[in-house]
Amino acid sequence: MKKRVVVTGMGVVAPNAIGLANFEDAICKGESGISFQDELEKLKFSCQIAGKPEVSDEKIAEYFTPLELRGLNSSGIVYGVIAGTDAWKDAGLEIENNEEPDWDSGIIFGTGILGVDKFREAIHLIDAGKTRRLGSTSVMQTMASGISAYLGGKLGCGNQVTTNSSACTTGTEAVLMGFERIATGKAKRILVGSCSDSGPYVWGGFDAMRILPSKYNADPSKASRPMSESATGFVPGSGAGALVLEDYESAKARGAKIYAEVLGGAVNSGGQRGGGSMTAANSKAVIKCIEYAIQFSRVSAEEIDVINGHLTATTKDALEIENWKKALRSKDFPYINSLKGMTGHCLAASGSIECVASVLQIDKNFIFGNINCEDLNPEISNLVSEEKIPRKTIEKQITILAKASFGFGDVNAVVIFKKI
Amino acid sequence: MKEKEILDSLKKIVTPYTQRKEGLENFNEETDFIKDLEVNSANLVDVILDVEDEFDIEIDNDSMSGMLTVGDARNIIQRKLASA
Repeated sequence: MKKRVVVTGMGVVAPNAIGLANFEDAICKGESGISFQDELEKLKFSCQIAGKPEVSDEKIAEYFTPLELRGLNSSGIVYGVIAGTDAWKDAGLEIENNEEPDWDSGIIFGTGILGVDKFREAIHLIDAGKTRRLGSTSVMQTMASGISAYLGGKLGCGNQVTTNSSACTTGTEAVLMGFERIATGKAKRILVGSCSDSGPYVWGGFDAMRILPSKYNADPSKASRPMSESATGFVPGSGAGALVLEDYESAKARGAKIYAEVLGGAVNSGGQRGGGSMTAANSKAVIKCIEYAIQFSRVSAEEIDVINGHLTATTKDALEIENWKKALRSKDFPYINSLKGMTGHCLAASGSIECVASVLQIDKNFIFGNINCEDLNPEISNLVSEEKIPRKTIEKQITILAKASFGFGDVNAVVIFKKI
Repeated sequence: MKEKEILDSLKKIVTPYTQRKEGLENFNEETDFIKDLEVNSANLVDVILDVEDEFDIEIDNDSMSGMLTVGDARNIIQRKLASA
């Protein structure tokens, strides 16, 4: 029999806030986490701003042992371990130092590319003929599964411990992978999430593609403008989001707080056919993904109160909304918002950070306002009534929320959350 | 360099990698890095790098494989320092 799956804990390291309570406050107030980056200016980037979480050395020392701190140079691991550990504690779970691992708990924590700065350090040593000077830390900090391995060891998880990677879809896909493993009874709980490194070596490729805004270097908080007519590209970001997904019976039995239920969802790909490419989504696939997520979750399109879109602040935002409209086919379009106005596009971390924001809205009865879209794109206002795109946070009870992420490689994920 | 100075430096170097802190209480030439201090075998390469930095020497792979105890390490360090 299929198990029900609920969210019992969350953690977040976002450009505009670190920690769940700070994050809730920041998104309610519409605080931007985008700032000018001296490093990018020095390297002559066109876009010299980014959404980079500010994590102090004191904060890092709370999560890593002095030994782990030696030679630690992977921002993705730092963000992921903080978010993941916070989610675990928020779920009221113990971190025990027992001999046996917890066979019922696993980790599915994705990333795009991990430990880029560490990798650069290694490349320089290797090229200088000093390979033996790498020491023991370069492998675990640069392997993609470094993040799930770190968390697995810290939390003592004995179920599946793995890392997924599907560009901007990664975090949302991890939620669905964890959901499926619990729903089919293979695990009682899975810590799901994703992280993304900071820095020029991650963001440079996007700058070279000229898809980042270059005219806001003097005005960083205005740069990320999802759904706005003046949107000129996404602002790169980084960070991590984490959610503890748990079998409903297990959560009930231990009296855990339940934030929301995961009803299900869908992942698919447009196969880079029919208008889809490495960088563009095949609209037919996006529509199918939304439709299948709704069907699988046994809700109707009319029941969706809020959409938390992918909406990166490129000219494609209007197309995404058109796709939602076609997929939902309902007379009344739900409320829609995008976190990226405040955080930028946190790449592989975006899906999980936005899932945390989505679940917070359900738990705390609000819809956060979209910042930087006072000049709503007319292509969007032609499709959707303006009141459905709140510019200020509104109090509202949400029953069903649909969260989507679409990624490079023409891959899609939609997850449906429900208030419980 | 006096033997005691070398042992003191070694103790300082190996402390952060030591998982069995009791092993440090009776730190002497017989102390085995893995058995007595429970240094993770992957971290042994980091200990070697720290020793190289501290004494400004280079420890080749053959010498490294014979470095099981504090006494072994001291011998290697003394030999390298003498030939430097």
